[in-house]
Amino acid sequence: MSKKGDWVRIHSIVLKAEERTGRIPEDTQKCDFQQWTKGFLQDESANIGDEVTVKTAANRIVKGTLIEETPYYTHSYGKFVPEIIEIDKQLRQIMFGGDK
Amino acid sequence: MVLAKDYDSVMGRANEIMKKALGLDYQEFESGSIAFDYEALMKSTNYTLEEVAKIQAKTAVGNTPLIELRNLSTLSRKYAKPGYGARIFAKDEAANVSGSFKARRAACAVAHAKKLGYKGVIAATSGNYGAAVASQAAMQGLECIVVQECYDSKGVGQPEIIEKARKCEAYGAEVVQLTVGPELFYSFLSIMEDTGYFNASLYSPFGIAGVETLGYEIAMQCRELLGKDPDMVVCTNAGGGMITGTARGLLKAGCTNTEIVAASIDLTGLHMASDSQFNKKSCTTGHTGFGVPYATDPDHSDVPRSAARTLRYADRYVTVTQGEVMYITEALANLEGIERGPAGNTSLAAAFSLAQELPEDAILVISETEYTGAGKHIQPQLAFARDNGIDIIFGDPAKEDKPGVNIVLPKDPGYIKHQEADINRFRQSLINRACKKAGVTNPSEADLKFLAEETKTNVEFVKKTLGL
Ligand SMILES: Cc1ncc(COP(=O)(O)O)c(C=O)c1O
Repeated sequence: MSKKGDWVRIHSIVLKAEERTGRIPEDTQKCDFQQWTKGFLQDESANIGDEVTVKTAANRIVKGTLIEETPYYTHSYGKFVPEIIEIDKQLRQIMFGGDK
Repeated sequence: MVLAKDYDSVMGRANEIMKKALGLDYQEFESGSIAFDYEALMKSTNYTLEEVAKIQAKTAVGNTPLIELRNLSTLSRKYAKPGYGARIFAKDEAANVSGSFKARRAACAVAHAKKLGYKGVIAATSGNYGAAVASQAAMQGLECIVVQECYDSKGVGQPEIIEKARKCEAYGAEVVQLTVGPELFYSFLSIMEDTGYFNASLYSPFGIAGVETLGYEIAMQCRELLGKDPDMVVCTNAGGGMITGTARGLLKAGCTNTEIVAASIDLTGLHMASDSQFNKKSCTTGHTGFGVPYATDPDHSDVPRSAARTLRYADRYVTVTQGEVMYITEALANLEGIERGPAGNTSLAAAFSLAQELPEDAILVISETEYTGAGKHIQPQLAFARDNGIDIIFGDPAKEDKPGVNIVLPKDPGYIKHQEADINRFRQSLINRACKKAGVTNPSEADLKFLAEETKTNVEFVKKTLGL
C-alpha cells in the first residue's frame, strides 16, 4: 500500500486501438496507445491497480492506474556476450601479435 | 473556457500551440510557394556564434578535446593500399555535461526559453537530447518534461532508452513514456498546451545554432594542432542537426574544402512505427530509419520548418551496419582506451573504412563521441538483441546483414566497409517531395534556386529532376 506523498509509477491508455490514427502499420494499429509516468501520490492511500492522481517532478497533476510503488531501474550492463571477448582477442592478435 | 483535449481537437490547434511554445512565427520566412528563407530563419535567433559559445561556456558545454585515434588509424592502414589510410581524430563530445553533443543544442534552447520568460521546457526525444535538456534545465532553473517513445505494447523497452529516462530523472525532469507510434505528437502538444512550456525542439534554429560551435571548434583545433583544415568530417546522421550545425560551423570558420559525409546505420526493412519491430533494432538513433526520411523531407518534425537540413550540407551519404558499429565501439575501448556509447560511434565505423580512401597524411575527423553507461553499451544492447531472437554472428556484414534478423560482427576489421548511398536519389526525392507538398507544378526561379541550395546541387540538376 502507498500513502499520500509516496513516489509511485502510473499507467494509462491515451488512445484505444480503435481511436488511433490510420497512418500506422497494422500491428501497431491493433495496440492501445499507452503512457507511463511517475509522481507523488495525491490520494490518502492506494493499492496497486487503483485509479490514482500523482504530482509529477514537473508539478503536473496526472491521473492513472497505480502500477508500481517505490519504482526503480533494473537496466544493467547486460548478460555476458562471448563475442565481445572474441573481438578483444582478435584485435590484440592483429595489433600486437597476441600479447602486448 | 475548458479546451477539448481529444485527439482531433488538440491536433486541430497544433499550429497555434507550436507558435506559442516557440515564441517564433514561421510564417514570416515563407514565400507562399516551395521556397522559404532558411538563412533568415537561422538569423532569427539573433545569436552570433560568439554569443552561442559564451552561453555554452557558462553551462559546461563545448571546448571538448580532439583526440587522435592513433591505433585505430594504424589498424585501418593495414587494410588500405600503400600510402593510404588517413589520420583519424575524434571530437570527444562525451565530455560535454550530460554526455553528448546534444548539450550544445539544449544549452541554447533552454537559455532562449529562459530569456523569453518561460517557466519550463519540453522536448520529444528518446535519446541523448532528453538528458541534455534536463541537465540544462536543472542548471538554468527551469522545469523540464521529456516525452519518450519508449516501449512496445507489452511494456518492453530497449535498455538504451530506459537509461536515457533514468538520466533525465536524475536531473529532476519528468519523463512521460509512451508506446510506439506517431500519436506521440498528440501527447506532446497536449502537455505543451497544458503547461505553457517552451518547445525545446531538436529542430529549432536555437538548437542548430548550438551545434555550429562544434564545427567551428573542429576547424580551430585542426589548425592549431595540425596546421591545416580537416580533409573530411564524418557525422552520425539521424534528424540532420549534427551534420547541419557542424557543417555550418566549419563554413563559418572558412573550411570550404572539407568534405562532409553523413553516416547512418542501415536499418532498411524495419518499420519505425511498427510495434513488433520496435525492439528488433539494436540502436535507437543514427540509423536510416530517421536519417533518410528526414534528409529527403526535413519538415515533418515538431516545428513547421526544420533548421536541420542534411542535404544542404552533405557531400556524401554512407551507411554502415549495426554489427560494424558494435565492433568498432569495442575496438575504441580496447585499442584507444576510450569507452564510449555505440550510437555516437556510427561515424567512427564509417571513418575506419573511409580513411582507407584517403592518403596517410589526410585528416579525417569524426564529429563526436557519446557517453556510455548501463543499458547504453554494446553488451546490454547485444544481450537484449539475443533475448529478442536476433542472431549474433561473425561474418561479412556487406553480404549477410539483415536488420531485425541478425547482427553481423565483421569477421576481421577488413570487413568494416561503408556502403555509398545514392545521394543523388535522395536529392531527387527531396526536390519531388517539396514540389508535391507545396502543390506546385511550375516552380519559380526562386523555387529552383532554393531547391538547388536545399540539395547542394545546381538549378540544372533541379530542372532535370523535375523534367523541366
Ligand atoms: C550521439 C548522437 N549522435 C548523433 C545523433 C544524430 O544527430 P541528428 O539527429 O542531429 O542527426 C544523435 C541524435 O539522434 C545522437 O544522440
